[in-house]
Amino acid sequence: MGEKVLMKGNEAIAEAAIAAGCRHFFGYPITPQTEVAAYMSKRMPKIGGVYLQGESEVASINMVLGAGAAGVRVMTSTSSPGISLMAEGISYIAGSDVPCLIVNVQRGGPGLGGIQPSQADYYQATKASGHGDFQMLVFAPSTVQEMVDLVAGAFELGDKYRMPAMILSDGMLGQMMEPVELPEKRENPEDNKPWAASGHQNKRGHNVINSLYIDPHELERLVVERYKKYDAIKETEQRAEEYLADDAEIIIVAFGASSRVSRSAVDMARKQGIKAGLVRPITLWPFPEKFLAKHAGHAKVFLSVEMSMGQMVDDVKLAINCSRPVEFFGRTGGVIPTPKEVLEQIVRLNGGGYRCR
Amino acid sequence: MPVKGERPHALLDVPLHYCPGCTHGIVHRLVAEVIDELGIEGKTVGVASVGCSVFTYNYFGCDMVQAPHGRAPAVATGVKRARPENVVFTYQGDGDLAAIGMGETVHAAARGENIVAIFINNAIYGMTGGQMAPTTLPGQVTQTTPYGRDVKTAGNPIRVCELLSSLDGVALAQRVTVDCVRNVNIAKKAIRKAFEYQMEGRGYCIIEVVSTCPTNWGLSPKDAIQWLRDNMLPYYPLGVYKDAGEAEQ
Amino acid sequence: MTGDLNILLAGFGGQGILFTGKVIAYAGLMGGREVSWLPSYGPEMRGGTANCSVCLSDKTIGSPLVTMPDVLVAMNLPSLEKFEGDVVPGGLIIVDSSIISKKVSRSDVRAVYVDASNIAESNGLKGAANMIILGRMFRETGFCSAEILDKGLQKSIPPKKIELLGNNRKAIQLGIDS
Repeated sequence: MGEKVLMKGNEAIAEAAIAAGCRHFFGYPITPQTEVAAYMSKRMPKIGGVYLQGESEVASINMVLGAGAAGVRVMTSTSSPGISLMAEGISYIAGSDVPCLIVNVQRGGPGLGGIQPSQADYYQATKASGHGDFQMLVFAPSTVQEMVDLVAGAFELGDKYRMPAMILSDGMLGQMMEPVELPEKRENPEDNKPWAASGHQNKRGHNVINSLYIDPHELERLVVERYKKYDAIKETEQRAEEYLADDAEIIIVAFGASSRVSRSAVDMARKQGIKAGLVRPITLWPFPEKFLAKHAGHAKVFLSVEMSMGQMVDDVKLAINCSRPVEFFGRTGGVIPTPKEVLEQIVRLNGGGYRCR
Repeated sequence: MPVKGERPHALLDVPLHYCPGCTHGIVHRLVAEVIDELGIEGKTVGVASVGCSVFTYNYFGCDMVQAPHGRAPAVATGVKRARPENVVFTYQGDGDLAAIGMGETVHAAARGENIVAIFINNAIYGMTGGQMAPTTLPGQVTQTTPYGRDVKTAGNPIRVCELLSSLDGVALAQRVTVDCVRNVNIAKKAIRKAFEYQMEGRGYCIIEVVSTCPTNWGLSPKDAIQWLRDNMLPYYPLGVYKDAGEAEQ
Repeated sequence: MTGDLNILLAGFGGQGILFTGKVIAYAGLMGGREVSWLPSYGPEMRGGTANCSVCLSDKTIGSPLVTMPDVLVAMNLPSLEKFEGDVVPGGLIIVDSSIISKKVSRSDVRAVYVDASNIAESNGLKGAANMIILGRMFRETGFCSAEILDKGLQKSIPPKKIELLGNNRKAIQLGIDS
């Protein structure tokens, strides 16, 4: 561990990936994630790694598929519209059980949308990242340091479960600088991936990395197997941070950038004597249901604060089995909510002014 | 080198799903023979595409990756960049390589990506039941050009080797066919040269094999071969369109 | 100095707004505080306005976006007009009066006018108005010690451009003395 340095979130992700042994990066330029690629293009040639700018996000994600299939630690990074283009490849990657890291530095949508920070890809990341039955591991850092910490973990869990992992960042976290302490460098990990298509050296049968199964029963069996794995992940990998939640009557649920705003609002509310708290999902898939369910007993109301039109609300409702009202406050299109705006909602709820029951 | 008639080691002993008279089987064999002769099965990774050749991952004895439709050059790029010591080839049809995957193809070629593309051009989509391909001939009847391909509305066919030969990253672009023993031998030499060029690090190599699709052309295997000679070869002339090795001499 | 300090720096792209923020953030870090630095980004920065939020705190920083600044540095008129109303009562507004002739209209904030761009020009430090403003801000707020500020400056200049250190130091001093 060295001294703390100021780094942009985007650069910190890149350096953390290198520290985690990632030597392969494929991507396509898009704001506001471009610093990830720029950083990689600078560093990779100096450490014997591969940086390659694909001709599109479509090509880039398939390069990730190829490198991941060949058994190396590989990543890409893009921003919202780029993920839409990568949806095909992500589905194939999941269907082929290939681990990789995908970074989404979210911006406003739909369409070309805007370039300012957003969280409107929540559904896309957690529910529908591509066609078919599958999930990705989705991590939502809220500080630059946490980005660094989650990158290594995302690679590890991706390898462990043989599945794609996503860091769901946003333009604010990507562009801002905060002090970070970088982890110890891990040299190129010679990961034990006996399943990889890296040449059988005439020592084993041929490995096939594939997502095609013409026999529906075989495909069903494989998908069901995968869902058993997902169930195990739901059981063991949920992560969240609780802030002043233990005695809270009003619990804000927020991740990433909006959780920081919410944290400020909680502090302001506490100063006014309002028992507000925050549960901040760190994993969005698996959604940290356990962390929410345990507060359903003492909380009077939940408030989902998002930089979208409320894509996480249903997950909060399900996590607490609709036992409490779940309200929503959000800004979208690239607008960052202010602590004051969130405080106003807390004050409203403290007066019992629920919109829903 | 295997005795003639014996199955090459790099071709697995499984039934192929191809229709009678389809030339995929011949091309598979040629690729496998070359892999055997070069002794590279243990370090070769093949990339299967989408189309009739989708199941090649079950047929070749080397490690295989199955790519999304058109993306084989990108997937192969990923494999090769991750494992430069491996020999990497794609096996793609005309829809995969020249329609949905033209972007990936052109850019892999332009980068001089050190991979081999085995390109089966039979002027039709086989797997989906005979629709127009980017290489479907003018006037050719397919399921989606029922009155014959009208170039005014459906556009013109693409001559892939000619197109790619202008790119600096291409080391070898050669069009072959497998309609007779002589041409089969030429095709095999071309495929071998492509693999050798890759091992020498020369860049992107494409071997376009003008092929038949008796089923979707609605012809007997014998008539399909004749139709290929009469119609395909005049539009898609055989030959070497680029050879970086020749240029050096 | 301890306690939270939320700073908003705003001006034209090219005036060194983001760099100024970086020096402040690094000084905060050198002083052992929690810091965050958040730039505006995108096309608006190209020839348009650039702004930068810097938070210094003794505890975990919530929102890094400064919407109610304790200190506003305005280096062009649009920035002053846009953000003047957001400054907390009792807050500080530092204006580059070489560029902005307008006065701060509020009476519940402290306004400081620095002829920064002209001072820079006349001292052969063209382009260093931002550091002059920083020097003045340091004097007005004492957000860190002089030693820490210098450390922050050193950290902020990339090794390749270390020759710029002297002029930046000089400009900061001119700001302190302004």
